[in-house]
Amino acid sequence: MEIKKITIRGGIGKDGEREKVQEFELKMGDIISIVGPTGCGKTTLINDIELFANYNTPSQRQILINDEPIPDDFSFDPSKHPIALISQHTNFLSDLPVGEFLTIHAAVRGAENAENIIEETLDFANQLTGESINRLTGMTELSGGQTRSLLIADAVIIGNSPIILLDEIENAGIHRTKALELLKKYDKIFVFVTHDARIALLSDFRIIMKQGAMQKVIYTGIEERRAAQELKKIDDVMLEFRRLIRAGEEITEPVFNENIKNLVYNNI
Amino acid sequence: MKLVIFAGPPTCGKTTVIRQVIKRMEVKKLKTAYIKIDVLYADEDEMINKEFGIPTKKIYSGELCPDHCNVVVLDEAVEWAEREGAEFLFVETAGLCLRCSPYVENSLGIVVLEATSGMNLPRKIGPMLTLADISVITKIDLISQAEREVFRYRVLQAAKDITVVESNALYGIGIDPIVKQIEKVQHIDFPMFLKGNPPVGTCTICVGKKEIGAKNHFGVLRTLDSDLFYVGE
Ligand SMILES: Nc1nc2c(ncn2[C@@H]2O[C@H](COP(=O)(O)OP(=O)(O)OP(=O)(O)O)[C@@H](O)[C@H]2O)c(=O)[nH]1
Ligand SMILES: Nc1ncnc2c1ncn2[C@@H]1O[C@H](COP(=O)(O)OP(=O)(O)OP(=O)(O)O)[C@@H](O)[C@H]1O
Ligand SMILES: [Mg+2]
Ligand SMILES: [Mg+2]
Ligand SMILES: [Zn+2]
Repeated sequence: MEIKKITIRGGIGKDGEREKVQEFELKMGDIISIVGPTGCGKTTLINDIELFANYNTPSQRQILINDEPIPDDFSFDPSKHPIALISQHTNFLSDLPVGEFLTIHAAVRGAENAENIIEETLDFANQLTGESINRLTGMTELSGGQTRSLLIADAVIIGNSPIILLDEIENAGIHRTKALELLKKYDKIFVFVTHDARIALLSDFRIIMKQGAMQKVIYTGIEERRAAQELKKIDDVMLEFRRLIRAGEEITEPVFNENIKNLVYNNI
Repeated sequence: MKLVIFAGPPTCGKTTVIRQVIKRMEVKKLKTAYIKIDVLYADEDEMINKEFGIPTKKIYSGELCPDHCNVVVLDEAVEWAEREGAEFLFVETAGLCLRCSPYVENSLGIVVLEATSGMNLPRKIGPMLTLADISVITKIDLISQAEREVFRYRVLQAAKDITVVESNALYGIGIDPIVKQIEKVQHIDFPMFLKGNPPVGTCTICVGKKEIGAKNHFGVLRTLDSDLFYVGE
């Protein structure tokens, strides 16, 4: 099935009231964010999308593909599932070595040149982690950040799904600007659940959630796009401090001053 | 009577799946009775009776393997369910002896496996999986999508023609396709027969021989390095 667009129809929030946002659409190439306080139902919303909810989940939402609902008992062959969900999990439970796991997953997904694809997946993942992931390492031994990095790489490259839902990639200490940069090279729908201002402002639009319900949709305007550019400076400075601290450097007055001097903002 | 047998390792989510199924049976006004077969302890019968008000029963297999116990009592269990006015009998069994399976001809056999149980589980549980009609994979909410795909593949590798259903049983996700299959089950015939062939080995330990070592036993035997061989008539 070729997916042109996905429609999300609002249901009810935790209080049983209708959601304020009653409908929005995702088209190929869209990048969107879902934001809101902890526990407000962000993960629930992307789970509904992944399940192609049809009034059969607690939130009573309905998801349409190319304007059609998915029947209740329809179940995708998971290897052809058009949606990849990168969950908040930061550990694997599979007792297999990384290489073997990826080999099976590539086979399940019908990859033609499995060896190259696995190489590309590990390469992608290793650009996001501190310490590289080795093929012989057990999946369960990977750190939180390594797990997240591998999940993202696996979904994008081995899964090759047209729609990718990412739950809080900023957690677990992976290189998120790098992740965003790498992801943008692929023409897909990306939905980010995020608490991160920059990821939110780099999206085409964002859904604001509260009490299990979608409250409003904000399209990122020119001012916000400029603000995102300016915020990048703070972000880069923070990342540089993080890198220095991780590398065992001390943040002395000259080091601090040298890095902070880049923080000159323009008006937006 | 229509018979549905749910088997699976301890705490894999059998009861959770069954409760979600019964909820939907109620909506469709289909009358169900429930039996739990367990070795030493079970309280699901009371819980399900309280929750749904349907006829329930438990059977302790004690010294028997739960699957064997199933074979011994199932005819009477069906009669009981019939007297209670049920159209469907759900049997939940711990199915612990991995050499035989609890499924009966013309019944629907459902094996419940938890997604968190490790990638080798499907290779370890033999006929409980290979003779089932449906494999319900529970706790998918606890693992990543990639792992789900690989686990499902391992299940299909062990049981080629099985129907796989993935479920987050706590939230009732993935239950509808199971109910659809249950609605299609045929009536069972009497006398009832077990599906598949029972294991060839008769266990001399089960009949009370405690001595260690092949030379002290008869029937289907093996030594550390040999294949199976037969001693006796
Ligand atoms: N997260 C999650 N937990 C589940 C799921 N299904 C079952 N559980 C939990 O797993 C535990 C065991 O579930 P049961 O349904 O009692 O398992 P069972 O197979 O009937 O167990 P026994 O009859 O004792 O062998 C319970 O704490 C359930 O709440 C699921 O899909 N997701
Ligand atoms: N529309 C809804 N109706 C009923 N319950 C809901 C709804 N939305 C969310 N919930 C419930 O609220 C709880 C928290 O939701 P969820 O895990 O999606 O929050 P979250 O925004 O992802 O939180 P965090 O930022 O901590 O990850 C869950 O138990 C979920 O089932
Ligand atoms: Mg969440
Ligand atoms: Mg139980
Ligand atoms: Zn047995």
